[in-house]
Amino acid sequence: MESQGTVETVNRHKPLGLSDGQVIDMYRFMQMGRKYDERSLLLQRAGKINFHVSGIGQEAAQVAAAFALDREQDYFLPYYRDYAFVLSVGMTMRELMLSVFAKAEDPNSGGRQMPGHFGHKKLRIVTGSSPVTTQVPHAVGFALAAKMQKKPFVSFVTFGEGSSNQGDFHEACNFAGVNKLPVIIMCENNQYAISVPVHKQLGGKVSDRALGYGFPGIRVDGNDPLEVYRVMKEARERALAGEGPTLIEAMMYRLSPHSTSDNDLAYRTKEEVDENWKKDGVAAFRTYLTDLGLWSEEQERDLLAEINLELKEAIAYAENAPFPKPEDTLLHVYSDSAREGGM
Amino acid sequence: MAMMEYIDAIRLAMKEEMERDDSVFVLGEDVGVKGGVFTTTKGLQEQFGEERVLDTPLAESAIAGVAIGAAMYGMKPIAEMQYSDFMLPATNQIISEAAKIRYRSNNDWTCPVVVRAPIGGGIFGGLYHSQCPESIFFGTPGLKIVAPYSAYDAKGLLKAAVRDPDPVLFFENKKCYKLIKEDVPETDYIVPIGEANLLREGSDITVIGYSLPLHFAMQAAEELESEQGITAHILDLRTLQPLDQNAIIEAARKTGKVLIVHEDNKTGGVGAEVAAIIAEHCLFELDAPIFRLCGPDVPAMPISPPMEKFFMLSKDKLKAEMLRLAEY
Repeated sequence: MESQGTVETVNRHKPLGLSDGQVIDMYRFMQMGRKYDERSLLLQRAGKINFHVSGIGQEAAQVAAAFALDREQDYFLPYYRDYAFVLSVGMTMRELMLSVFAKAEDPNSGGRQMPGHFGHKKLRIVTGSSPVTTQVPHAVGFALAAKMQKKPFVSFVTFGEGSSNQGDFHEACNFAGVNKLPVIIMCENNQYAISVPVHKQLGGKVSDRALGYGFPGIRVDGNDPLEVYRVMKEARERALAGEGPTLIEAMMYRLSPHSTSDNDLAYRTKEEVDENWKKDGVAAFRTYLTDLGLWSEEQERDLLAEINLELKEAIAYAENAPFPKPEDTLLHVYSDSAREGGM
Repeated sequence: MAMMEYIDAIRLAMKEEMERDDSVFVLGEDVGVKGGVFTTTKGLQEQFGEERVLDTPLAESAIAGVAIGAAMYGMKPIAEMQYSDFMLPATNQIISEAAKIRYRSNNDWTCPVVVRAPIGGGIFGGLYHSQCPESIFFGTPGLKIVAPYSAYDAKGLLKAAVRDPDPVLFFENKKCYKLIKEDVPETDYIVPIGEANLLREGSDITVIGYSLPLHFAMQAAEELESEQGITAHILDLRTLQPLDQNAIIEAARKTGKVLIVHEDNKTGGVGAEVAAIIAEHCLFELDAPIFRLCGPDVPAMPISPPMEKFFMLSKDKLKAEMLRLAEY
């Protein structure tokens, strides 16, 4: 639906140094993430794929974070709901589909890992696993390397608010704080750790935890991509200036179930979900662009048609792509091929 | 060549590798100014600076996890665990992450990290400064595990570990630190990972093991030979993963009587796998059941001297078991 603001909408992106083209691009990536996610849910329901883990409702913050980073130099350690993020830093729909279909050509893992377990060295997306929060110390390790080798990059890592309770989060934050390392640590607080609501996960705020580690912790509205962009940009500048890490807690809501194996209405109400759809950052950003005259119904139609076509091609390609050879299960245990698959 | 202690050989290996390659660095608790609680890293911070010999916060999962991240970037970290007993908070990082990074990324990312950890008892360390945790990590594909017995091997294996493109756990024996003193070349050499080493040739019995207990076996073998004319063939595994299967089979065939020794407790230990390899490949060439002499199946080593002595292997325990096997 097209909405024209009754009051004149203020251009908030220009003062942040974002061009009209860039904010339109941001919106495109948000929609790409959203549509990829929705389609994967359908593919699973249709029996085409076995599993999908979802992140609908988290796209706005993910894309904003990506746009605040140096997508040519920085290292990224995303978590399993970051489809819009990885698309923003260069992964393609085809690559994501190859992953969700577990095909040999999947650059993330060659069809070895669950979907959402990203990794793409050429794009500096660092391979991740399922035990949550193990990637936070890794991000600190990349930041340590940047400092030791005097390289002008930062590392960026994401995780959920449930994960922020893991020891690895705390150990890594403290390590980064002590050594003032160029790492940006972003919690995507989507209100649920699978079924457990945030009030049963956290006694306080995630962002306040930064205080104990000696660096800034900032809570930001994750449905407001321009606010996320602003704090991310500042965090990156601080990191490059040698002023150390920043913890960002982006507040959002997981609109979709945890995964295709999850019935979310067993632990939350439809009313609650509906209420949060009204705060959806993607829709709000579209309204913002529309109000500024940067986006139209027609452009929206074209974009959705374009994404639809891209998805269709990606799915056709991935569906027809070969599976890994069964015996390739034995490959890449060690670098030495003579030892692969056995001791 | 220079006479040096096992601990000096480990220090020299790190020093040489850090001089050779500026991406090599050491991180851990107390490794900097203090030079480690055992002095393993003594003098390294003076030579290489605070960044490359990094005193970390007291948090083992971060030590391993940060090292893993740096290794994925392309650094060559040597992460020190102060005692292998305190390594368990890092187990998730080592087993779920380091071991699987190459595999899970389909060979896209690699993790050339070295984790050093002192193992073993006999130093009045009690339950939590004496353990041998090899079996916790053994059987995790993707990890390499080495456990040197001699100063020469300690230097050569650590240098090989640093240069290895995959994660290596380096289990150094803390009782060996000062006990072992021998000639070690001050020149550059490596001991290849994956190759066992024949310490002694013999024709009556075969002893297979690693780390400290092999010293007891060597002493016992000398006595058995001079006193009773029994000769022992002794194989040092050196690398626990991947095991040198051919060397194990060859050593077992040599005498047909095998004793496997380690300080880690018996059940589920490395020795069980060695015994299985022998059973799979040369069962009908054996003249006696496979013997195992290991730490007892108790949670860990008590500190009270008579209890520690009861737990530890010794020359006398080895000698008695070797004799029993010879007479079988």
